[in-house]
Order: sequence, then structure tokens, then C-alpha cells
Amino acid sequence: MIVLEKRRQPSRHWMLAAPVLAVLLTMVVGGAMFAALGVAPLEAIRTIFWDPLFDPQFAAYSRPQLLVKAGPLILIAIGLSLGFRAGIWNIGAEGQYIMGAICGAAAGLAVYPSASVLVFPLMVVAGALGGWAWAMIPAFFKTRFGTNEILVSLMLVYVAESILASVSSGLLRNPEGRGFPGSRNLSQWDAAANRELIAGTGLHWGVVAAFIAVILAYILLTRHIQGFNIRLSGEAPRAARFAGVNPARVVIFCLGTAGALAGLAGLFEVAGPAGQISIDFNSGYGFTAIIVAFLGRLHPVGILLAGLLMALTYIGGELAQLMLGLPGASIQLFQGMLLFFLLGVDVLTNYRLRLGRGEKA
Amino acid sequence: MESINPVLLIASVMLSATPLLLAAIGEMVVERAGVLNLGVEGMMITGAVVGFAVAVSTGSAATGFAAAALAAAALSLTFGVLTQIFLSNQVATGLGLTLVGLGLSALIGKPYEGMKSPVLPRLDLGPLSDLPVVGRMLFTHDAVVYLSLLLVAAVWAFLRYTRAGLVLRAVGENHEAAHALGYKVVRIRLLAIFFGGACAGLGGAYLSLVRVPQWTEGMTAGAGWIALAIVVFASWRPWRVLVGAYLFGGVTVLQLNLQAAGAQVPVALLSASPYLVTIAVLVLISARGAHAAPASLGRPFHATQ
Repeated sequence: MIVLEKRRQPSRHWMLAAPVLAVLLTMVVGGAMFAALGVAPLEAIRTIFWDPLFDPQFAAYSRPQLLVKAGPLILIAIGLSLGFRAGIWNIGAEGQYIMGAICGAAAGLAVYPSASVLVFPLMVVAGALGGWAWAMIPAFFKTRFGTNEILVSLMLVYVAESILASVSSGLLRNPEGRGFPGSRNLSQWDAAANRELIAGTGLHWGVVAAFIAVILAYILLTRHIQGFNIRLSGEAPRAARFAGVNPARVVIFCLGTAGALAGLAGLFEVAGPAGQISIDFNSGYGFTAIIVAFLGRLHPVGILLAGLLMALTYIGGELAQLMLGLPGASIQLFQGMLLFFLLGVDVLTNYRLRLGRGEKA
Repeated sequence: MESINPVLLIASVMLSATPLLLAAIGEMVVERAGVLNLGVEGMMITGAVVGFAVAVSTGSAATGFAAAALAAAALSLTFGVLTQIFLSNQVATGLGLTLVGLGLSALIGKPYEGMKSPVLPRLDLGPLSDLPVVGRMLFTHDAVVYLSLLLVAAVWAFLRYTRAGLVLRAVGENHEAAHALGYKVVRIRLLAIFFGGACAGLGGAYLSLVRVPQWTEGMTAGAGWIALAIVVFASWRPWRVLVGAYLFGGVTVLQLNLQAAGAQVPVALLSASPYLVTIAVLVLISARGAHAAPASLGRPFHATQ
């Protein structure tokens, strides 16, 4: 019989190997799923993971998309990872993302049709504030009353979605849009557009912000006392309290940062790739970012890589939909399976497998 | 406003509370065993799609319900294996279960969009249904509504009066002590998770087969999360789960009725109201400080620790 034996310390090797093994397992099981859907498994895997980057026909279009999709995922996941490390489960990033987009776009539209260079910075600040404020709701209730932040942050996603539905056909509707829902197109308004900075790369301000967030998070976690406090609160809450860490402050910091970053991601999306506030401009990045955060081991550099990989599955998934007729939902399932396998494989990081009966059992 | 008929209102509250009640009572048992399964939404929507698909293909709503319970319970076992045997983090795994369930259901459900399901017949309660007012209100429903009420009573009696219920509570309160007494912590928890999955599946199937009745992608729309909130609201007690589910069912029905009646309230506020009420209730409960959560809730168990 195989038994698990707890390691004294988590294995560093397995910590790095687990995501790779999880990706491989997902490819195998995902391949079987594709075969069951009547698509040749190897071809499907190639279409998802290889063709978007290297196929002569599609790469020119899909390579820039990699950064466009990875940007918001990384930005949101970096914020979430801080909370997850401290044992604060903000799973409402999708709502913070929506509110950031709404507030940012509203701030811009309020001064339409100004051509001032300050319009875009104004929108960026408003977007970050919108996401931050939305995340402060669960943070306030958690610190004041000890209310469960998981459920509150998630419920606020649905509230944000109904606000989105309301403003896109009401307050922010394009007055020249012949009554169709949806705001003015921000990406066609020079002062507000979040444009591609280097043609053909997909690099826009949101991607730049994501890279900056990765670097700042790395410095925070390895060099700054607040980063140490966050890690301590997650790994040893009692020790953290004895060390004088104020738990409320950690909650407010983690949720606030995550909210602001998600809000930024929303604003950059709505002023760039999405172009306008519409009822379905959000595409679930806030939820996928949870997978990205775990796949990246809650480490800034890992999240960078995981964000790129997850962006690849989005683009490859679209390609597979187009070329092989693979249902769009199968990619969603594929991404979910990835998280599942990762969590399963992770047992090897903390435990050792042994044959025979464990003596201490 | 006069168009809202109180008799029909109560009857439709029962209809809309039933899926919440089924999912919440299942999750309550899981949490009493010390496991926090955040995947209720994923299991519910899997139940919704499988129930609908099987009911359409077999022409029998009852078979659909059975298949939904089995499918969601099978899905919940992946959560069980990961958290109980591979000792993964319960919060993360529960979220993963929800994401997997949403993807899986969208994949299975695609061909069934826009179809009609067979009707679940009303349970014939003879003279009770003919009673004035009360009969129309309480005794004109299908079997699943009464099953959900029976389930609450059964869970209550099980936890309170049976030895197995006592063991389950012991495992949830202090798994080390339960283990030292020789109880199989992992096995008991797996059984609880399986039961919770089956209940969530029934709840989901009730949405797609009776409440709506149709399959649309993402149709649970947070019902699974509300069920989780109901468990907290109920302080992990069966009868309070019943109260909670009917309260939330009532809010849903009321807001739909107000929307239909064209009340002078913004639609966004009305459609967000079930979620706002959930938040308000969670805050009120936590502000009162009455938690009563099982002591081992969410903590992983490994025999050599």
C-alpha cells in the first residue's frame, strides 16, 4: 500500500515540477476529451499550443493577441496572489474588473470630447479607484465584523454585472448610437484610447502595467516588510499576531491592491481591446486569473509565465474552434482541469510517497 | 402591484426555494463533517445540464433527476479525492470544481439549448389539494418539493438521533479525536461529500427541469453560492437552512414580481437584490458574532500529523 509521509519542508523541486506535470496531465486527459468529441487529439493540442505562435498563416494575427490576453490575466492574478498568500480569498476579481472599467470609462466620457492629454491618465486613476472601492466592501465587512470575504466578494460580481447591464443601456449609452446599448467607442477617441504601443506586438498600457506589477510584487514579497507580513499571516497566523502584524491592515492592503489592479485591467481592456462598455465586454478574466495565480505558484515570475500560457489556451482555443470545430466550452473545461490537476499533483510538494505501511500511521 | 396574488406568491416561493434548499441542506451535511466545498455552483450546474439532457432523451423527468444526482455526486468525488486523499487546499479545489462544472455543463448542454423538457407531474395529494387557499398554496406541487422538505427532516433526525450522525459531527468538530477513537475520518468525509454532491445535483436539475424549465448556459447564476451563504446564515442547523432557503426564494420571487408589475425601482437594483440581500444577511450574522461553525471546518486531515 502506498502511504503519504509529510515532508519536513516543501520540496522545491516538486514546487517547480508540479505545474509542468499538471500541464502534461491536462494535455493527456484533454486530448482524450477532444478525441471523445471527434477531433484528433494530437492535432487539437498542436492547434492550441503550437499554431498560434508558429503557424505561418495564423501567427501574424495571434502572436500579438498573446500579450493582449495575458496582460489583464497577469495584472489581476498578481493582486489575487497577495491575498491568497495571506489566506484572504478574494474571488470577486471579476466584479472589481467590471467596476474599474465602468468608473474609468465614466470618468473619460464625462469630459468627452476633450482632446487633453490628461484624459487617459484620469481614466486610469478612476479605473483603479473603482476596482479598489469595490474590493473595499468585502474588506470593510471582513475587518469590521469578520464577515466571510469569499461569499461577499463573489456576490458583488453579480451586483457589478447588473450595474454593467444598467449603465451600458442607460447612463453610459452612446447618445449617437441610435438607441443600441453600449457606450461610445473609447478606442476610436484619441485622447482616451489605450493603443498598441509598438505595432504588431499587442503591447498596450495594460501589458506595461502588468510587467510593472510583476516587478513591484517581486520586490514587495522578497524585500519589503509588508510582503513578509503577508506571507507570515498566511503561513503562521498566530505567529504573525505575536509579531505585531495587524491582521486588518493585511486584509485591507491585499484586497485593496487586488481590487485596484483588477480595476486597472478592466479600464485598459475597455479603452483598448474591447473598445466600449457593453453588457458583455467582460470575458471572465477575473475567474481565469484565479487559475493563473495558482498555476504560477503565487509567485510573481510564475504568474507571468502562467498568464502567458493561459492566454495561449484562449487564443489556441479560438483557433481550434475555427479550424477544428471544437466547442468553445471545451477550452473552459480544459482550463478548469488544469487547476484540478495542479492541486492534485501538489500533494508531492508537501508529502512523500512511500510503499508499505507508514510506521507512524 | 395589485396584480400580485398572495396564494400564487407563496406557491412560487416554494418553487424557487426548492433548488436552494436541496443544495444548501447537502452542503450543510458536508460542512458538519468538517469539509468546506465551495464547488456547489459547479455541481448544481452539472446536475442541471445532466438532468435536462437525460430527461429530454428518456422522456422522463424522474430519470433526469436521478441522473443529475448521480452525475453531480460523481463530480463531487473528484473534489473529495483531491482534498481528502491528495490533501489539496479546500478553498482552491472548491473553486476549481466550480470552474470545471461550468465548463463541463456548457460543453454537454450545447445541443440541448432551446429544447423543451418533459414535465414533472404534480404529486396527487387527494383531498388536501382541494382545500381552499391552503390547498392551492401548499399541496399542488411536484414530488421534489416535498422530497426536499422530507430531506431536511431526515438530515435533522440523522444528525440528532443516530449514532452515525453523532460520528459525523464528531469528525467535523475534532477530526484528531475522532480518528483516535477509531473512526474513519476520510471515509466519512467522502460519504458526506458524495451526499452533498447528490443534493446539489438534484437542486440543479430542479432549476432546469421545473423552475425555468429550459437549459441555458450558466443558468444557475450564483444559486450555488447563495446556498453556501444560506448554510452560514443557518448556523449549520437543518431547520434554519429551511428558513434561509425560503427567505431567499422569497426575495427572488418578490423581485421578479416587482419587475413584472413595473414597480418604480430600477431594474438593476431589483435583479441584484438577491445578491445584496445575501451580503446583508452575511454581514448581520457575522456582526451578531454567532458563528457555531464546525471546529474542523476547512482543515485538512492527515493521519500522521
